[in-house]
Amino acid sequence: MTPRRRRLVWVLAIMAGVGLASALALRAFRQNVTFYFDPSKVAAGLVKPGEGFRLGGMVEKGSLVRTPGTLDVRFVVTDFKHSVPVRYAKVLPDLFREGAGVVAHGHMDRNGVFIADDVLAKHDANYMPPPLERTLQRTVASGGTAGAQAAAALADATRTSGAAVGVH
Amino acid sequence: MVVELGNYALMLALLLAGAQAFFGLAGPAFKRDRWVAAVPSAACGQFVFVALAVGALIHAFVTNDFSVRYVAENSNTALPLFYRITAMWGAHEGSMLLWILVLSLWTLAVVVRSRYLPREFAARVLGVLGLLSFGFVLFTLATSSPFGRLIPSPADGNSLNPVLQDPAFAIHPPILYAGYVGFSVSFAFACAAMIEGRRDQLWARWMRPWTVSAWAFLACGIALGSWWAYYELGWGGYWFWDPVENASFMPWLVGTALIHSLAVTEKRGLFKSWTLLLAVSAFSLSLLGTFLVRSGVLVSVHSFAADPTRGVYILVLLCVMIGGALTMYALRAPAMQSNAGFNLLSRESFLLFNNILLTIAAAVVLAGTLAPLISQTLHLGTLSVGAPYFNPSFLVPVLPLLALAAIGMHARWKRGGLTEARRSLLWLLGIALIVALVLAFGVYGHPMPLVPVAATFGVWIILSALIEPINHLRRRTRLPWSVAGMCVAHIGLGVLVLGLTFVNSNSIERDVALKPGQSAQIGAYRFHYGGGQKVVGPNYDAFRGTVTVTHDGRQVALLHPERRQYWVQGTIQTKAAIAASPQRDLLAAMGQNVGAGAWSMRFQYRPLIRLVWFGALIMALGGMLCVFGRRQRGPVPVAAAVPSGTVPLGTGATAAGALAAPTLSVPSAPTAMHSVMPGGGPPGTGGKGAA
Repeated sequence: MTPRRRRLVWVLAIMAGVGLASALALRAFRQNVTFYFDPSKVAAGLVKPGEGFRLGGMVEKGSLVRTPGTLDVRFVVTDFKHSVPVRYAKVLPDLFREGAGVVAHGHMDRNGVFIADDVLAKHDANYMPPPLERTLQRTVASGGTAGAQAAAALADATRTSGAAVGVH
Repeated sequence: MVVELGNYALMLALLLAGAQAFFGLAGPAFKRDRWVAAVPSAACGQFVFVALAVGALIHAFVTNDFSVRYVAENSNTALPLFYRITAMWGAHEGSMLLWILVLSLWTLAVVVRSRYLPREFAARVLGVLGLLSFGFVLFTLATSSPFGRLIPSPADGNSLNPVLQDPAFAIHPPILYAGYVGFSVSFAFACAAMIEGRRDQLWARWMRPWTVSAWAFLACGIALGSWWAYYELGWGGYWFWDPVENASFMPWLVGTALIHSLAVTEKRGLFKSWTLLLAVSAFSLSLLGTFLVRSGVLVSVHSFAADPTRGVYILVLLCVMIGGALTMYALRAPAMQSNAGFNLLSRESFLLFNNILLTIAAAVVLAGTLAPLISQTLHLGTLSVGAPYFNPSFLVPVLPLLALAAIGMHARWKRGGLTEARRSLLWLLGIALIVALVLAFGVYGHPMPLVPVAATFGVWIILSALIEPINHLRRRTRLPWSVAGMCVAHIGLGVLVLGLTFVNSNSIERDVALKPGQSAQIGAYRFHYGGGQKVVGPNYDAFRGTVTVTHDGRQVALLHPERRQYWVQGTIQTKAAIAASPQRDLLAAMGQNVGAGAWSMRFQYRPLIRLVWFGALIMALGGMLCVFGRRQRGPVPVAAAVPSGTVPLGTGATAAGALAAPTLSVPSAPTAMHSVMPGGGPPGTGGKGAA
């Protein structure tokens, strides 16, 4: 092979490699990217049952119910405009608290219950995940009692007493 | 008072960094000899003042000076002394100071070794480092000074985040930063070479030991971080593809490509401009990582304080440094072309493939890390990219890379062809295949389709890396240090691959709710919950469970997982209990009291997980062997003026090299590695028995 031909072969091989890799990466992307929705988006019917996504919002105060002696818990995630009931059957993370923020991965079942397979933990207690913060700010902007509640939740989270669970 | 002195010292360090940058860059440009002569002194002075500033901050922590805001936020009188000191880098401001300290330490090291470099070249390297240091010190003083006062001062501090109260955390950030920041030296060498427009390849020879040491530090740092996350974050994962982890992993991947392409540039004078580009990219990715972690634009388990203005500053710094370097690259790199050819099966082409594949791997990680950011900026919705994307996409470039690594080690330079090792390689591939099949089907069982493939490559790399040392042993010739280091590093890679393969395919994890006296079966292991009691620690209360693990009716571990509540911050934290052994880890973590006398708990069985960290450490050890073995060769002859006492290349290495060996700090690693080779392994575990 002349050096010129060899170089051409090289360039083609590299381009083929890069092309293949980007094609695979794009495919992997489309299949494996998880979207984040808040309860209002869920209520608007943006997700189909069985489709995996991340649900973010505040854990409604007084909504946590355990079946004693088992892992099963139920709680309600809310953005103060809409709420979604959640079921979970694994160990809850350390920073999970009523009145605090939460992000969970799972899917909706036919009855409109979010079946969580993972509740995500973050190790900073004063932390509010940015998408959740934006959600609450939208609620605040809409005004009314829901807005006031969201504002209180936001203020609570930025104080040291507030706890939140975030994305990892 | 001491704190104000610290602040003052940091300002002086800023001025000296400025002087270092100016004299270092302007001195050689305007041929001012005295300016050039001033550079090392400025660099040393800068180090002294940075060290004073760090000392002042540590003093404030040790003496519990809560009038300092940073101390009040991150320390407490109940905190043990050791953690009061490590709390220095427990949050953003202090860790920036640590970053600067590490940078000035690397600068000092360059000053010490600079007598082996041409004077002007050394001055330019130090000049670029000074510029970086100037940027970061200014950043710290302007946006994140740890020396601010808090008036009135509180009686006691807010204490250190409990997950950071851990011995591994004490050493993880300094070592990680040593790696991260170490690439700044490679970057500075690349810039200096471009400024001078050097047409030779000596700069590659000079840059190589620095790059390899930074790379080794980064490997250690990543391994330590992963180990820390594994046992301290409580829930037993060792790699989350989290933005912060990716931020340290990308420079490492590019750094790995860089040390391989430096070998080609140094030995054959090829790939010069590519090597320069890699050196710039490795450090750019370090800076990008800093930006991602410090600005809070990406959400992560590891990110602490986040502040947008800081993000903007780092972004500007990033653009100036990287933009400058890339502009210079565009101007100077075309002049550095070389026309030497090489054959398809030569060492050069294997290293080229290595570089391409590693770059693709880094690009895959970069794409996944930035995708959420891009999607959000373009209002395409908030999304997250996790293991389902990273794991398969990462394997695409990495599997062929592993296969090529086993062969490439034995390829000849230039004209190519494999050495006499060709037949041994085929034999070893056969052996590796058998070992992998035995491991995958016999010992562990229920493998996923890629498991035997990855395991074969892992074993093949280890065996292939042993060929050269064994040949030297047979012929009773000395193995050169650089070759020994290369072999050790590749053995480390093989060990890492084996560990990753089996821990990913055969781990079992189960969440259960147990009352005292009940047990749960995890694979071949039976976890029995014997009950729990309240205990009091130095700065926390805890509920401590007792879990006995039996295997075939024989007790193999007694675990005491804790659920701690820290007094000061009121934070609740799970302290997992882990029974570690070379073949497997058993982990138990306490969840919550779920009523009716039961507690929720998480149990895990993870085979060969230790190999993941051991492999990384062995790789780092290999890098260190290269660096220190090489150093003993004596000074590299410098272009025109050869200093007196220079040892000619390639001789005089042996005696000094032998002396250097005992000083290496991890002598037990290779022995330990042999003991964890999957000889016995746990008997058939029934695969993924979870759920």
